[in-house]
Amino acid sequence: MDMVNRPYASAFESYAVQHPEVLCLSADLTSSCEIDGFRDRHPDQFLSLGMAEQNMLSFAGGLGLAGFRPFLHSFGVFLYRRPYDQLMASIAYPRRKVRLMGFLPGVTTPGGMTHQAIEDIAVMRTIPNMTVLETGDATEVESVVAEADTVDGPVYVRILRGSVPRLFDTPLQIGKMRVLAEGSDVLVVTAGITTEEAIRARDALGRAGVSVRHLHLNTLKPFDAAQIVEHAASVKHGVITMENHLVAGGIGSMVAEALAEAGLARRLVRLGLQDTYAHGGSRPYLMKYYGMDATALVGAVERLTGESTGIDEDSLAAARVEAVHSTAKAEAL
Amino acid sequence: MEGMLRNERTTEEIARAIRARVFEHTIRNNGGYLSQAASAAEQLAFLYNEALNLGPSTMPMIPPPFSGVPSATNTEYRTGAGYNGPFDAVHDRLFIAPAHYALVAYACLIEVGRMAPEGLEMFNRDGSSVEMIGAEHSPGMEVHNGTLGIGLSTGAGLAWGRKRRGEEGEVCVFMSDGEVQEGQTWEAVQAAAFHRIDNLWAIMDVNRQQCDGAMDSVMEVGDIATKLRNFGAVVAEVDAHDVAALRQARATPHEGQPLIILAHSSPTHGMEFLRRRFPRLHYVRFRTAEERAEMNTAIAAELGIAPVDLGEN
Repeated sequence: MDMVNRPYASAFESYAVQHPEVLCLSADLTSSCEIDGFRDRHPDQFLSLGMAEQNMLSFAGGLGLAGFRPFLHSFGVFLYRRPYDQLMASIAYPRRKVRLMGFLPGVTTPGGMTHQAIEDIAVMRTIPNMTVLETGDATEVESVVAEADTVDGPVYVRILRGSVPRLFDTPLQIGKMRVLAEGSDVLVVTAGITTEEAIRARDALGRAGVSVRHLHLNTLKPFDAAQIVEHAASVKHGVITMENHLVAGGIGSMVAEALAEAGLARRLVRLGLQDTYAHGGSRPYLMKYYGMDATALVGAVERLTGESTGIDEDSLAAARVEAVHSTAKAEAL
Repeated sequence: MEGMLRNERTTEEIARAIRARVFEHTIRNNGGYLSQAASAAEQLAFLYNEALNLGPSTMPMIPPPFSGVPSATNTEYRTGAGYNGPFDAVHDRLFIAPAHYALVAYACLIEVGRMAPEGLEMFNRDGSSVEMIGAEHSPGMEVHNGTLGIGLSTGAGLAWGRKRRGEEGEVCVFMSDGEVQEGQTWEAVQAAAFHRIDNLWAIMDVNRQQCDGAMDSVMEVGDIATKLRNFGAVVAEVDAHDVAALRQARATPHEGQPLIILAHSSPTHGMEFLRRRFPRLHYVRFRTAEERAEMNTAIAAELGIAPVDLGEN
C-alpha cells in the first residue's frame, strides 16, 4: 500500500501561505500536529497559545470576529473536552469560521483515556452550527484543509497524521460519501481508520461468497441520511457500522436514526467502543481488543447472515503494523 | 444630530441617572440587579460617555424582538453590537463580560441616548431581545458572555486581529472581579501579555461580591493587582466612584501589555440602605410588600428622587 509521510504538514503549508486570513494556532503540540515546519518558516502566521485551551478557543472566536479563519491544532480530545463551554459560546453559537483540527482520533493514540477522543463525534454532531468531518486516508487529509476552509461556520476535523495510507485518488468533498463496493448482501459503513480495515476484509468476504456494499463517510455532519437509507434498502441481510469511536452517538447511532426515521427495517450491528473507555496500546492491538478491526467485521457479517464464512486471521490481508517509534512522528504518542 | 447626546451631560450625571433608572425598574418589577448599578454606574457611564470612541448606534432606538439564533438559514440575525456603533476600523468595541450586568448596561444605553426608555420595558419579557442575562443579540452586547471568564479571551483575540489589520479601534472589556476565580481569566492575561496585545484594555468592577455573597466567604482570591501584574498586565487601581480617577487610570501607559483598571467599588454606593441586605446583594428582591415600600422610600431619598408610584399596590 502506498504510504504518505506527514500529508497534513505539506497540505496545510501550501494552502495557508496562499491565504493570509488563515492563521495557524497551536497549544503546545506543534510538532505533534505536524505544524512545526510551518511555525519555523511562517512565524508571522503562527500563534502559540500554550497549554491553555480554554483561552485558545475564546481567543479564536475573537480572531474570527476580526475576520480571520484560525486553524486550531491539538489532539482532538483537547479541543472539546476541557474547553466545551468556550467551544459553545465563543465559536459554535456565533458561527465563527474556526477550523478545529483534531489529531489522533479514537484509538490512534497509545495515550490512553486522557488522550483518546472517543466521544468527539457524538459531542460535535449535537452542537448546532457545527460541521464534522473525518479523514480516512492521505488524499483526504491533503484535501480536507482547503475543503474545511470553505465552510461558512465552525468545522471539526478528525485528522490522521504520520505515515498515512493512500486509499483514494479523488479529493474529499463535503457531503459526498464514497461508494467503495456495490454488493447486495450486507451494507458496511465505515469512516476514518475503519475503512482500511473493511477493505482488508472485503476480498476474503467476497471469496467466501458474501457480497458487500461498502460506504466510506468523510462528512459526519451534515449527514446524508437519505443516501444511507437507499443503500441499506438494497441489501438483503442488514447493515454494519464500524467506527473508531463509541457506538453511542457516533456513526452507529446516525445510521440507526436514519433507518428508524425512514421506517426501513434492517438489522444493524454497530462495531466500535461499546460503552467503554479504551486504554493505552498500539492501534492494531486496540482495534482488535475493542472489536473494530477486519476480524470483528467478519464476525459481524456472520451474525447477520447466520452463516460461517470460514475466514480466519490468515486469510485476511496482512494487518499493517506501524512501528511505535518512527521518524514520521514527533514523539512516541 | 444623529441622536448623539455624547458629552451633553457629565459622566457623574449619567451615573446618577443609571442608578435611578435601575432602582425604578427594580422596585416596579419586584426585583433586579440593583447592587450592580450601585457599584458600576460610574464605570459604564465613563466608558460610554467619554472613554470609548464609539460611533452612533446603527440600531433602532426601540430594540427589535428576538429574531432567532445564528444559523446557516437565519439571514435576519444581528448581534447587539450596533448599539455600540458601527463595526469599522476606527471605532472601539466593548464587551460586557459579566452579562448579568445587562440591566445596568441597558440603563446606560438609555442615558447616553442609544436606546429608548421603552426598551427597558421589554426587559426579560418573552420574545424580547432585551434579555435578563445579556445575550449576543441583546442591545449593547457584542458576543455571548453569560458564562463568566470568556470575555477577556475573546477580547484578546479580537484585539490581536485588529492590530494585525492595522485598525485604529481598540477593544475594551468590562469585567467583574468574580471572574478572577475562573482559570481562563489568567490564561487570557498571560496570552495577551505574551503576544503584546496592547490595544486591549479592561475595567474590572471590584465590588468583592458574587452570587453566593461576599467573595471572601466564597473563595478568597488574594491580591488581584499583584496577580495580574505577575501574569503580565499593567494594572491601575482606582476608586470606582471617582470619575477623574478613572480618567487618569485610563491614561496609564501600557505599551506591549494589556491594561486592566481595578475599579474598587462599593456594592451599595448611592444606596446605603442596601447594606441591610449585605451580603445577599447579587439579586435584590422583596419578600414582603412592606419591605418593598420601605426600600422604595429610603433609596429614593438617597438618590434624591421621588419614590416610585406603585399605584394600587
